[in-house]
Amino acid sequence: MFNKKALTLVFTLVMLSFLALAGCSSSGSDEEANGSNESSDSGESSGEQVTIDFMHLWPEGSSKAQYTIVDDIIKSYEKENPNVKIKTEILANEQYKDKIKVLAASNELPDVGITWAAGYLQPFVEGNMFTPLDDIIESDFKDSFVSGTTEAFALEDTTYGLPLELNITPVYYNKEIFEQNNLEVPQTYDEFLNVVQTLVDKGITPITVGNKDAWTGSMWYMYLADRIGGPSALNSAIDRSGSFEDEALVKAAEEIKKLVDMDAFVKGFNGLSNDEAKGYFMNEQAAMYLMATWELPNYTTSPDVSDEFKEKVGYFKFPTYDGGKGDIDSFVGGPGVGLFVAEDSQVKEEAKKFVSYLVKEWGKHSVTDAGVIPATKVDTSNIDLDQMYIDILEDLNNASNLTLYADVQMSPGVAQVHLDMIQALFGGQVSPEEFAKKQEEALADEE
Amino acid sequence: MKNVMSNKTVIALYVLPALLLILVLVYVPIVLTGYYGLMDWDGIGKMKFIGLENYIDLLKDKMFWSSTYHSFQLAIFSTISLLLYLVISLVLASKIKGSDLLRKIYLIPMLLSSVAIAQLWLKIFDPNNGMINSLLEMMGVENAPVWLADPNVVLYAIFIPIIWQYAGFYIIIYYAALKNVPEELVEAARIDGANPVQIAYKIKLPLIAGVFKVTIVLAIVGSLKYFDLIWVMTGGGPNGASEVMASYMYSEAFKSYNFGYGSAIGFALLVICLIMTWFIRKLTAANDNNNQF
Repeated sequence: MFNKKALTLVFTLVMLSFLALAGCSSSGSDEEANGSNESSDSGESSGEQVTIDFMHLWPEGSSKAQYTIVDDIIKSYEKENPNVKIKTEILANEQYKDKIKVLAASNELPDVGITWAAGYLQPFVEGNMFTPLDDIIESDFKDSFVSGTTEAFALEDTTYGLPLELNITPVYYNKEIFEQNNLEVPQTYDEFLNVVQTLVDKGITPITVGNKDAWTGSMWYMYLADRIGGPSALNSAIDRSGSFEDEALVKAAEEIKKLVDMDAFVKGFNGLSNDEAKGYFMNEQAAMYLMATWELPNYTTSPDVSDEFKEKVGYFKFPTYDGGKGDIDSFVGGPGVGLFVAEDSQVKEEAKKFVSYLVKEWGKHSVTDAGVIPATKVDTSNIDLDQMYIDILEDLNNASNLTLYADVQMSPGVAQVHLDMIQALFGGQVSPEEFAKKQEEALADEE
Repeated sequence: MKNVMSNKTVIALYVLPALLLILVLVYVPIVLTGYYGLMDWDGIGKMKFIGLENYIDLLKDKMFWSSTYHSFQLAIFSTISLLLYLVISLVLASKIKGSDLLRKIYLIPMLLSSVAIAQLWLKIFDPNNGMINSLLEMMGVENAPVWLADPNVVLYAIFIPIIWQYAGFYIIIYYAALKNVPEELVEAARIDGANPVQIAYKIKLPLIAGVFKVTIVLAIVGSLKYFDLIWVMTGGGPNGASEVMASYMYSEAFKSYNFGYGSAIGFALLVICLIMTWFIRKLTAANDNNNQF
């Protein structure tokens, strides 16, 4: 008896869920149908009711400033264009990268989304997933992007992404910890090692790095490669005019190994994500943190961080290496994320308009509201800005070179080898020579 | 009711929805995965047919074999932990005080999603601020292990939350089975002078042997395809030290953009699971004939 009842219950539930599923899908199409009916009835210039799906990677919890700007822009766009509805989906960085790949594989990219430059973009462009955006750059953004930013999103002279951010990567440090230990901002690498050693001796964690997300460790490696071998060393290894087994690149790996052996990095760095590692810096448990300027809001404008902490944070440029070829004004950085429009979007034209609007408004608001450097040119003359922000902007203007993040420069397959090797190098599982050799092989394989 | 159920068209009608669902959601993807495994494909662009190359590479891939090894370690480990669950259920089923409450406590982890459990244990394992290392430091341990960052420790560190997560599930199964053991048998044994250990070993366990076999299959196959908690906690790292078959498949397909190769791994995973299931059934079937229960 009981069994029969249970069976009936299960069947009912199954039927109900079918109904629910069917209900969902049909209501969706109803809405669309209504939309088109309305427009044909009224015949106004407002055009058809459209929904633009938009995915981005600034969740309210971890990137409040960026989240708020985007949210405001969307609201005002919807107000100005009552026929357009923007549907957002928000995921944090790593999850975003995973999901966008799954969506691409099943041909269901959102109409508008976030992409990275160069090598990351390549498979998407080759798979005909992103639509060229040169026409809106030409019509809406003549000369308003900082030079070099849109180029990073171009493949064979066609641009597939509109850059939003421009970043450089300074070393943030806790002024209070430095003062308490009578430490000065290091200008040379030897001074830097001295800072590290002093802090280690005092039992303070010198550097926090979340090397589970190995791109963070990659930044340390890239700087050492740059300071030792100059900007061309790493770049030419990646574009195959040189080799990864270059002396400078191996030496940079040796320096990383030395830092690890000194206990320069936070304990357990290979098991920490970037967000966890950041926590050590924000909680003042670590003295230094190397990260791009997208972190600036946390040290300047973000209402969620105490002013007391903000005042303790300073930054310095990665020190020069004695006898090295790189100068102190060369930065790891470049355009961060950009916006793409999907090639098979049903609402391509509307999506393009929205993207153009978003980038323009972002350029205005990101400076003042978020403290993020946009890829469009900034006029700082008549806005009140945080000093740290102005300094960074000046450093950016005086930069002798910007080296784009290695894992973005490389195609995804090679980038994964690079990241794995970075983790192994930090973890002491490969020697500097093997580290260089494995990456040389991966790069050579791809040619 | 009888009339309706003997009508073949009605039977077909009732079976059809489930059959369609299982075809579309399970069998078609399996065939497709095997097919994608024959391709050189980044998941986005054009596919190129390369025959069995992916599968041949797979056999030579050290990383694949080490991830397989890790999966089997997990399988053995979870099978052994079944014994622990069994002991706990025996105690719970023997009418001790507060067994109801304890049963609920054991069940709680099962109600949490794997991702929440992973986040919770990430905090516990944090090398500097985590609960475990804070305790160890209080007890005067210097150089406490870094758990998830140490390639020699990470796999075992992850096993702990996995045991914790599945305790409730298996305990409930065993508990229900033990409650089905007729009270008269236990009483009769007690009158004959059997002590609790003898009762458990000679009466209760043989009577729930069938259930035990099912849980072994569940534990082994479940471990072989285990993914979520490991992925969130370590992503298979550091340097593949906690990579299992499913996480390796995922990172090949979605991180390295080798969709074809990832599919080949997925297909191999399926084959391994099938072989193992067949193997366990063979083993337990032989047992059935010998012992007659």
